[in-house]
Amino acid sequence: MKFIDEYRDQRIAQALLAELHRRVTRPWVLMEICGGQTHTIMRYGIDELIPRQIELVHGPGCPVCVTPVEIVDKAIRLAARPDVIFVSYGDMLRVPGSNSDLFRVKAAGGDVRVVYSPLESLKIARTNSDRQVVFFAIGFETTAPANAMAVWQAKHEGLKNFSMLVSQVLVPPAIRLLLSSPHNRVQGFIAPGHVCTVMGYREYETLSADFHVPIVVAGFEPIDLIEAITMLVRQLEDGRAKVENQYVRSVSYEGNLPAQRLMQEVFEVCNHKWRGVGMIPQSGYRLRPEFAAYDAVRRFGLEDLEVAESSECISAQILQGLKKPLDCPAFARRCTPESPLGATMVSAEGACAAYYRYRRHTVLH
Amino acid sequence: MCLAVPGRILAIEEKQGTRIGKVQFGGITRQVYLDFVPEAGVGDFVIVHVGFAISQVNEEEAARTYRLLEAMGLLESNALPQLPESSESPS
Repeated sequence: MKFIDEYRDQRIAQALLAELHRRVTRPWVLMEICGGQTHTIMRYGIDELIPRQIELVHGPGCPVCVTPVEIVDKAIRLAARPDVIFVSYGDMLRVPGSNSDLFRVKAAGGDVRVVYSPLESLKIARTNSDRQVVFFAIGFETTAPANAMAVWQAKHEGLKNFSMLVSQVLVPPAIRLLLSSPHNRVQGFIAPGHVCTVMGYREYETLSADFHVPIVVAGFEPIDLIEAITMLVRQLEDGRAKVENQYVRSVSYEGNLPAQRLMQEVFEVCNHKWRGVGMIPQSGYRLRPEFAAYDAVRRFGLEDLEVAESSECISAQILQGLKKPLDCPAFARRCTPESPLGATMVSAEGACAAYYRYRRHTVLH
Repeated sequence: MCLAVPGRILAIEEKQGTRIGKVQFGGITRQVYLDFVPEAGVGDFVIVHVGFAISQVNEEEAARTYRLLEAMGLLESNALPQLPESSESPS
């Protein structure tokens, strides 16, 4: 394959891989948290270039995937209202709720608009003062500062027709949940480089110390990931467990302080439900009381919506690194990106969707 | 979702107290909000996510990434963010 062959020609990659092959003496299970990293690993076949003893499992790191079904249902209900312009990142449109998705609402006449940046939703609100504009504010810590800026500006401008449906999730509580499980298999973590660009990696030092697990903050290119895997294996083979930063070109220890200040002004930490996982304590953000007037759930009275997930889907185990997509009997048969049963197939960055795109030939002949 | 791409600031202007940069990604330029990188100036590289710069990178590191990306043909792929102008409503 073109990309994999070229990639194998890379001297840096080869040098790192050679060291990795030299260093490894026994099996290790590593997890990358971020769906973007899962995508790179599958796209470049990194899992097949590294020594066989190293198993990569894929974490819950896709905010699109883990947005709970009831929030998707709330989005669908809002988007179907004739008085609402519903504004979203493109990734959320295909995500199934219990009976529909935002694309179908749009096809049926709902005013659903896709933006690249949350500030575009403010422009839409300014030019449509007779309509309600609701922005679907999903994301990890990476996206939280941008989403926070949108609501902060709306408040300071006095935009009355703007509100947000918030589904912000936080990475460290999810890692803590995985490591606390009696079934945990993960011995080293690749931490998400853009989450840490915003937050720094202080919180990861606590996790590393509490569970004696090595963590390497990594970037998103193939070389970044091979280097991070090599750094983790060095630590594991030497019996060390600390936090190291591979993604030095973007990540500092403290993170982005101006971004953190704005996030803290706008959001507060709350318990949050993750699709496929369930409630994780202190793992999300909600708007602070000072910004509650911009909460779409409150403005449109959607507090009571609760729904159940498909029981056939094994995404809960996949998100926790207990199973892999190819272990699922429904994978690429009853469950595909066009008709997903659950969390890990719904977004291009979900582990099942990445396997479907790059590896389905291994199950479908 | 957490996709973020390095780009170089070509120009900066102030609009209603907000710093907005013209940022070049490979051969394409985009408008980027620079409020979270107060130290960044013209000529600096920033990492951009959903229209906001979330960090400033040193040029040596950014160039290293670009050499690797270029060598692997990644710059021709769809790894760059969507144009704000074209993303309002997909047909």
